[in-house]
Amino acid sequence: MTTVLEKVRAGREAAGERWRGAPRWVRWVLLAAVIAFFYALPNKEFYQWLGPIPTTGSNFGQVLFMMSIYVLLAVGLNIVVGFAGLLDLGYFGFFAVGAYTVAVLTSPSSDLKTVWPWLTVLPIGVALALVSGVLLGLPTLRLRGDYLAIVTLGFAEMIRLTATSAGFLRGQRGFNQIPHPPGEHADGTPIFGVLDARPYYWLVLTLIILVVLGVRNLTRSRVGRAWISIREDEDAAQLMGVPTFKFKLWAFASGAAIGGLAGVLFAGKQNFVNNQSFELLNSIIILAAVILGGSGNILGAIVGGGLAYYLIERFRGVELFGIELYEYRFMFFGLCLIVMMIYRPQGLIANRRRAAEFKDRRKEVIVGG
Amino acid sequence: MNVDGLISNFGELTTTGLTVGAIYALVALGYTLVYGVLRLINFAHSEVFITGAYAALFTWAAFGLTGNSRVSGVGSIVFYLLVAMLVAALASATVATVIERVAYRPLRKRNAPPLAFLITAIGASIVISEAFGVYTRRLSRGAPAVVPSEPLFRIGNVGISWVELLIVGSALVMMVGLDQFINRSRVGRGIRAVSQDPNTAALMGVNKDRIIMMVFIAGGLMAGVAGVLYNVRIGALAYSVGFLLGLKAFTAAVLGGIGNLRGALLGGLLLGLTENYASGLFGAQWKDLTAFVVLVVLLMFRPTGLLGESLGRARA
Repeated sequence: MTTVLEKVRAGREAAGERWRGAPRWVRWVLLAAVIAFFYALPNKEFYQWLGPIPTTGSNFGQVLFMMSIYVLLAVGLNIVVGFAGLLDLGYFGFFAVGAYTVAVLTSPSSDLKTVWPWLTVLPIGVALALVSGVLLGLPTLRLRGDYLAIVTLGFAEMIRLTATSAGFLRGQRGFNQIPHPPGEHADGTPIFGVLDARPYYWLVLTLIILVVLGVRNLTRSRVGRAWISIREDEDAAQLMGVPTFKFKLWAFASGAAIGGLAGVLFAGKQNFVNNQSFELLNSIIILAAVILGGSGNILGAIVGGGLAYYLIERFRGVELFGIELYEYRFMFFGLCLIVMMIYRPQGLIANRRRAAEFKDRRKEVIVGG
Repeated sequence: MNVDGLISNFGELTTTGLTVGAIYALVALGYTLVYGVLRLINFAHSEVFITGAYAALFTWAAFGLTGNSRVSGVGSIVFYLLVAMLVAALASATVATVIERVAYRPLRKRNAPPLAFLITAIGASIVISEAFGVYTRRLSRGAPAVVPSEPLFRIGNVGISWVELLIVGSALVMMVGLDQFINRSRVGRGIRAVSQDPNTAALMGVNKDRIIMMVFIAGGLMAGVAGVLYNVRIGALAYSVGFLLGLKAFTAAVLGGIGNLRGALLGGLLLGLTENYASGLFGAQWKDLTAFVVLVVLLMFRPTGLLGESLGRARA
């Protein structure tokens, strides 16, 4: 058993070395091939050759769309949890802010009757999510990490309760006829229709690539170095002259903006938004996704986010020994969190620096521990 | 704003606030104890409470009491209550210990960063609540009317029944007991020592792991009793109520000063009153929001709570 594990580990490390050692053009070609694969994935002509990978219980295009939304959310949360080391348990709250902004400003069932087009509301939704991130961060980011976790959790619950109770957010009745993104084919039919989920998936996929490029550049800049120093040791970072509060707020705000973007995209596809879409456990699934994939690693977050939603949908309608696996999905993610934190806190695809941090802490002496 | 509603229902809201607040206080003790010793928010404590509540329901069901049953006669009321409290307290303490063993101790051994503890705690919390959710098919269950809820006497226009007296009374008894235990017993001295300085305490021969275990057991016992009282007061139980109640109890602990036992009582009662007055003022649908607003405002202006932090300094 151990030898197999060691072989797997050695293989993975060798793969990592080979990737880093490969010439630049090889890396570009491989990356392009992976991206092309994901653009091709929702076409039936393509995925019918992939055996058991496409989901049986539901439309594969729709599943891919939701997977891409989860990937976007995981990339956003990864900034907050993975890079800056702030535990945000209410991340889905920002998603809700984005989705509700679209709903209130574009839907004819809203009291405002603005009925703006989707594209106009896109920047507003992202901006509002960002502002709510700053507003939530201002009072709480001065506190210790675990207080932050509880307050963010409270924030998400607050948004859900407000969506249920406040009259203008229409509770369970929700908002309908939310417009789709603009664009027409040559023959005049809209690109973003009701039946076909593929265009939405391609849209989100493109945005993911842009966001990942942005986040990658950000983490390699002064901002990213500040985040990592805060994660490793906040007091030391402060002593070295890093304005920790400012950069924590930065991380929180950029994470929130990405969450809001995901919400806006979700509302544009779904056509209907009500309070049922924002269950608290979704925040936990996103967190589990980031931890599972490897916090502090963008690739890890992408894999984790995609895998998390994919597993949920793959379990749907599958029975094992007469047990409906879909019922156990949240339990599975809960177990995932415990097992990962105990046995592999750095995640499936580890960030080397993050893994070293966990290793270092183990060596520190604990008296009577 | 409905000031008239608040004034006309003031007595009713006060008694409800105090009874619910007493339950919050009992659960808050668990947060406070663990925080005092480990500097850790035991996120899974809400599920310790839920375990107690379900244990009580299952015990009553084993005696043939269902959601529609009523119990009469002083002897049988006392018997059913005591048995339920015993079983619930034991079940909760067991679950709390298991959580400590499975989710926290392995991390402590390898000096994991604080966030790791929180993440395993969330995992444990979800596993437990989902286990109850799957087992009960996500349906809410009615609790038998073990304690008569007819008013016993009246103060002004407010009827006080055995339910209110029982809840506030047992919460007070449990708290005084715990306070004495921490301040006078040998184990209590160990708990205070570890909460003041774990490393020095360990060097002085205090068995840290054992003390931590005792803290989880004590918090579990309180939460189990709170579970029984919850059933008596609310009369129905769903697998998902633990989350909200846990969050409120945590708010109560912070309000009183986390790590401070007497603060937990004060915080619980104050929070119970605040949210009930707020529901009278703004409408019942905003009641649950009050706790979060209190929490955020509190953390902004007085994060150490009303009575200040620290179990060790409470009466050092």
